[in-house]
Amino acid sequence: MLGIYAVVVLALLLVPIAYTIVFSFNQPGRTNATWRGFSFDNWTGILDDDRVVAAFVTSIVVGVVATLVAAAIGTAIAIALVRYRFRFRTGLTLLLFLPMATPEVVLGSGLGSQLLNLGIDKGVGTIIVAHIMFCISFVVITVRARVASLDPAIEEAGRDLYASPAQVWWRITFPLLLPGIVAACLLSFALSFDDFIITAFVSGNAETFPKYIYTAAARAIPAQANVFASIIFLLAIVLVLGQQLAAGARRRKLAREG
Amino acid sequence: MAFGAFAGEQAPAVEQAPRRRSLVAVWLLLPGVVYLAATYLAPLVSLVVTSLKAPDLANFDIGRYVYAFDVGNYAHVFTEYLPIVGRSFGYSAIATVLALLISYPLAYFVGVSLRRFPLWQALALILIIAPFFMSFLLRTLAWKAIFADEGWIVTGLEHMGVLGANAHLNGTPGMVIFGLTYNYIPFMALPIFTSLERLDLRFVEAGADLYANPVTTFLRVTLPLSLPGVVSGTLLTFIPASGDYINASPQFLGSTQTTMVGNVISDTYFNLQDYPSSAALSILLMVLILIPVAIYLALTKTDDLL
Repeated sequence: MLGIYAVVVLALLLVPIAYTIVFSFNQPGRTNATWRGFSFDNWTGILDDDRVVAAFVTSIVVGVVATLVAAAIGTAIAIALVRYRFRFRTGLTLLLFLPMATPEVVLGSGLGSQLLNLGIDKGVGTIIVAHIMFCISFVVITVRARVASLDPAIEEAGRDLYASPAQVWWRITFPLLLPGIVAACLLSFALSFDDFIITAFVSGNAETFPKYIYTAAARAIPAQANVFASIIFLLAIVLVLGQQLAAGARRRKLAREG
Repeated sequence: MAFGAFAGEQAPAVEQAPRRRSLVAVWLLLPGVVYLAATYLAPLVSLVVTSLKAPDLANFDIGRYVYAFDVGNYAHVFTEYLPIVGRSFGYSAIATVLALLISYPLAYFVGVSLRRFPLWQALALILIIAPFFMSFLLRTLAWKAIFADEGWIVTGLEHMGVLGANAHLNGTPGMVIFGLTYNYIPFMALPIFTSLERLDLRFVEAGADLYANPVTTFLRVTLPLSLPGVVSGTLLTFIPASGDYINASPQFLGSTQTTMVGNVISDTYFNLQDYPSSAALSILLMVLILIPVAIYLALTKTDDLL
């Protein structure tokens, strides 16, 4: 019973995803709203619409830069939270929690007002600055779980063998934290790549992929947008599947050896 | 809080050395604290400042405002937009309850029933988070196309007599609530799954051994133990849903009859360039959200925020 229910709900969750992918194979026409027949034209002509390509490239650049910076800042905070004692711990927890508990439209209009009050021009740079902000908290949560699962004795062994702090970090700590950092990066990139609301307030004339779709929705969305979205989706699913399989293999190996 | 659900693979925590006091901590924390102060706290201050601005009468132009102490902006948005604020919280409260009712059994099945099948469990989990990886705007537009007036669902329902002739689904409050519910189910299901995955089934067995019927066991054992997940899921759904303006926008699933507070904040900002009203509404929304969040957290005693 519960199984059937779960299958139905999961299938419903996937309906709009399937719809988007199916319509990436629609025969090109004036709009992509009605089904005209199967074709690969949109996939082979993926670069035909310059504006879609430009918006997609902007989103990739923003996502990668924001993810890397947020991962560095967030990992440092995660390590400090698990390993060190410091004053204002509650204050810091609140500072990390609040960005997640603030509606996006408030974050966006706040950043927009600030840029306006300071007279800063909006563009790709300000989008990146905003995206780093809302990714940090998610990185901290994700990486902190990993730091907490790390046996400090391993690093101690490294220090006992006269490894420098840099060597301990790069040879021991960082590789052990890597699965957590990779998960955090995947999450950050997904959040950044799909963000529309905050981006709208801080982007000026710069156009990201979601912003392009929002603007185009008033007229007609070219099928190439579906192609790009499908590619990102399939890529992410492959990455997540790979991560899960690797984790499963690690667990089985540990079970065999332990 | 079970926001950690997003962490993916959960390795068990091991005993750590006692926390040390060291200057290293300052250097680890400084970049993040400075960054969040500049890009999260400062914009909130900016919002307050902007919300108190008044039109520049000496040099009047659209979108030009000067510093003042005009609390009238709050009175204005409060009287003008109160029904819309109420509607936003109404829609998002209904969507949150629906998402909870739909997600809990799903999370229970994946987190408890599928325990003996790790491969299936991993696969189901990937399906739950799959919507994260497909553009939110395109998914919402897909629903709009599926429920279009000329689509087979609406025409089919008209033929069956469920809907009257020339009926619409798009643009109705029900459709906006449907969109909100759909979009936030993963945010609800994931934290509940994390709580249920760790649930020690021996407690449930103990309930049965003590002659509690399944309903009592669920209400007294399973539900309380999964409460942290329910709390995080509820917050992760209710907060973004009440600020959302995509689902309610006429371009997507809504109409001018379904305007939510997010639509007004964005319209006053972009179209009217009435920045003080936009800022005052943002502050109002933020305060109205933080009050129930604080009460909710206090009542459920989930003080471990992250």
